[in-house]
Amino acid sequence: MDSVQTADDWTLWMRQSLDGDEAAYRRLLAAVADRLRAQLRGRLARWGATDVEAEDVVQETLLAIHLKRHTWNRVERFEPWLAAVARNKLFDALRRRGRRVELPLEEVEASLADESEVAAGDESLDVSRLLSNLNERQQQIVRMVSVEGEAVREVAQKLQMSEVNVRVSLHRSLKALAALYRKGKE
Amino acid sequence: MKTEELIAALAQDRQATPSPERLVTRLLPLAVLVAGVLLLATAGPRHDLANVLASPRFLFKFLVTLSLAIPALLLLPRVATPLPQLGRRMLLLWLAPLVLLVGVAVELGTVPDARWLPLAVGHNALWCLAMVPMLAVVPLAASLYCLRRAAPADPVRAGAVAGLVSGGLAAAIYAVHCTDDSPLFVALWYTLGVLFVSGVGAALAARLARW
Repeated sequence: MDSVQTADDWTLWMRQSLDGDEAAYRRLLAAVADRLRAQLRGRLARWGATDVEAEDVVQETLLAIHLKRHTWNRVERFEPWLAAVARNKLFDALRRRGRRVELPLEEVEASLADESEVAAGDESLDVSRLLSNLNERQQQIVRMVSVEGEAVREVAQKLQMSEVNVRVSLHRSLKALAALYRKGKE
Repeated sequence: MKTEELIAALAQDRQATPSPERLVTRLLPLAVLVAGVLLLATAGPRHDLANVLASPRFLFKFLVTLSLAIPALLLLPRVATPLPQLGRRMLLLWLAPLVLLVGVAVELGTVPDARWLPLAVGHNALWCLAMVPMLAVVPLAASLYCLRRAAPADPVRAGAVAGLVSGGLAAAIYAVHCTDDSPLFVALWYTLGVLFVSGVGAALAARLARW
């Protein structure tokens, strides 16, 4: 029952996010991150990966969810789409480790629905390392909105840029990060 | 970086990308227009166009090519997503081969044996082979761009569908110029041209549409 409840929540939160509800989006991404972390730690540990590597995959998956959210059809449930994205990113991670695996979608979805709790110790190395490839202004903006938790408006004031430009730069930075992940794979 | 910090950054990025459907609906009509203008500016329509407008064999060429392009176009936004839920929808792509088969059968049944070979070889087979991919360049670029902006579960399959869309549309446009109207010619040369474009689409998407 519980997991059905959660699935409905997530679908609702994602719809609200797409309608511009930032709080719902934060809530959703945090919940998804917890679930992914629980799932990935166990799965990747079997391949000898550390928790830090698992966190890398969590972050890469969040980035993909964010940048590709327009490919989710809002009249459908969110979880199956999420499972498909998560599976894709897990495949990439395992491919990077030079393994070949078969992973049925049902299994990913089932383990996404698993309620087990995992502590949220969650530093990852990849994003920090990849960030250094962006230009200085982009690094600055990403650091301010993420690490320092500033709002775009504050960032715009401090950097004497327009809000629109800060947003555009932030979006480009996130796309560039995703592209850098992809490059690292090839 | 901590995951909660990344989430803070993601939540502040509100740049919305159009859905695959919207992107396809916006871009493909433009691409078709460009390809159409390209044909008019280069080869031009056939000189006897006014005389053949009611000819069943001339119209059959549009029936075949559009029975490929339209179903492929409907599939394109779907194969562009991580969870396409295609079910039996891919069967739609068999519509064009079926139509073609019926056309060929009727042609073989009504035309004497001795005419088969010359009709199949036609007047400008190589021209057809070159023109279909050339007219497909802009639609293919638009289709691949749509895939790149989206997140296809299987980039190769999505690219092949993009190629069928573009090849089918290009073949329909080329049909306005081409004077070889026999279904035998269409079955041979149009098919080759379209399959080539589809192969190119699959190969390019394997690189361009990964996410």
